[in-house]
Amino acid sequence: MQPMDPSQIQLNKEGRLKHFLTTEGLSKEILSEIIDTANSFISTQERSVKTVPLLRGKTVVNLFFENSTRTRSTFELAAKRLSANILNLDIARSATSKGETLMDTLWNLESMYSDMFVVRHADSGAAHFIAQHVTPNVAVINAGDGRHAHPTQAMLDMLTIHREKSGFEHLSVAIVGDILHSRVARSQIYALKTLGCNDVRVIGPNTLIPKDIESLGVRAFNNMKDGLKGVDVVIMLRLQKERMQTALLPSESEYYRLYGLNTEKLAYANHDAIVMHPGPINRGVEIESAVADGPQSVILKQVSNGIPMRMAVMAMAMSGQNQEQALQDQNQEGAQ
Amino acid sequence: MSLPQPDQLIANMAKALMPLTQQDNVVMIGIHTGGAWVAKQLHEQLGLNSALGLLDISFYRDDFSQNGLHPKVKGSELPDIENKTIILVDDVIMSGRTIRAAMNELFDYGRPEKIVLACLLDVGHRELPIQADVIGEKIERPRNQRIKLSGPTPLTLTTVNLEK
Repeated sequence: MQPMDPSQIQLNKEGRLKHFLTTEGLSKEILSEIIDTANSFISTQERSVKTVPLLRGKTVVNLFFENSTRTRSTFELAAKRLSANILNLDIARSATSKGETLMDTLWNLESMYSDMFVVRHADSGAAHFIAQHVTPNVAVINAGDGRHAHPTQAMLDMLTIHREKSGFEHLSVAIVGDILHSRVARSQIYALKTLGCNDVRVIGPNTLIPKDIESLGVRAFNNMKDGLKGVDVVIMLRLQKERMQTALLPSESEYYRLYGLNTEKLAYANHDAIVMHPGPINRGVEIESAVADGPQSVILKQVSNGIPMRMAVMAMAMSGQNQEQALQDQNQEGAQ
Repeated sequence: MSLPQPDQLIANMAKALMPLTQQDNVVMIGIHTGGAWVAKQLHEQLGLNSALGLLDISFYRDDFSQNGLHPKVKGSELPDIENKTIILVDDVIMSGRTIRAAMNELFDYGRPEKIVLACLLDVGHRELPIQADVIGEKIERPRNQRIKLSGPTPLTLTTVNLEK
């Protein structure tokens, strides 16, 4: 397979978003536009009628090859609030288990006049592959691929930071936990750096921090006291239990003692620092209940912001994809 | 052909709207962006007590499939409109599609008692059966010409020629 430049695949000829695959390589203008658009969708979410007619008549297919309740349901709600028709495909029970290849499944769905695929897959690059090689005329939204990217989660976190802290330039942000395996952390780092955040830190044991992380312009810390000093935003990552078995970590209790966020460790950060977590949270594994439910926590606001953010990227990608199709049609007519 | 002064037109519109504002349930809403500028001045001149609303119809446009999402969506800021008499304000009425989108959006916020439409200019070329109740001035223009309102201070009108 050819190496692909993701920022090129996800933009149409006019430079507008037509797929949303990764925050890497997107301009500050596009990321800011996504945040602004999501912000204006928030006002529609506070009305009695929460739907807008933007994607009326469009068909969105949720393709979750990997389980996720929250992400899938917020995508479903977002699509419905844009007035799209949504099909949730239970992949595990569908044709792929009867031996149909992924490509055949996708081509079948494309033939049912689908306009957008929301894809979650355990393999890194799955959404890119579909967007580039399988169904380029269907808008593809990456809802998480392997260890690679989870761009809508990163952008709803950016929306949350933007709303709570109004801006990025002046902020210090620490991401804590298993950076190595986290697609969320990677997408957050690209977004934060592009949006102008100068002080991005990662905190965790050396075994869970990628060796080349500093090439992304972030600083790595191995202890919470140094890493959290003076930060405005603390982003906790979920500790995936399966990592315990691979000897990357001594024990759960040791991890909690060193990197679990409790009231005492949070005090190293600025007094008005906000605490974030992409969920699902493991209470007592990476975060203490008093912090998760405390006044500095914005974890549930992140969940609320997930809907307008997903509405924004779906509307923008659909709009860019429509524009591309119109240009193609014009060119075809011109050639005839 | 010279274009009229917006300030003079707005003063005339205010006079025409005055009788309506004797009711206590009147809410004025301007359509982003030009309509909002006109609405702000009307709102001041009429001395309305209720908050001025702003409507951004980007999520309700009927040309989304062709033209996509406007890159700078501002989002609507509306007061309570349930059972209110709404004075809906726009700068230039032409096809009527903006007003259709605006009314669709309004009904997603609530059920107004009445909607009155006030436009600074009516340039004709209607494509929908929608007419303004109060007009600053009616101007006939060829189809390939648009009249653009610049602002917010001062408000000025200019003619823009479209290609083709």
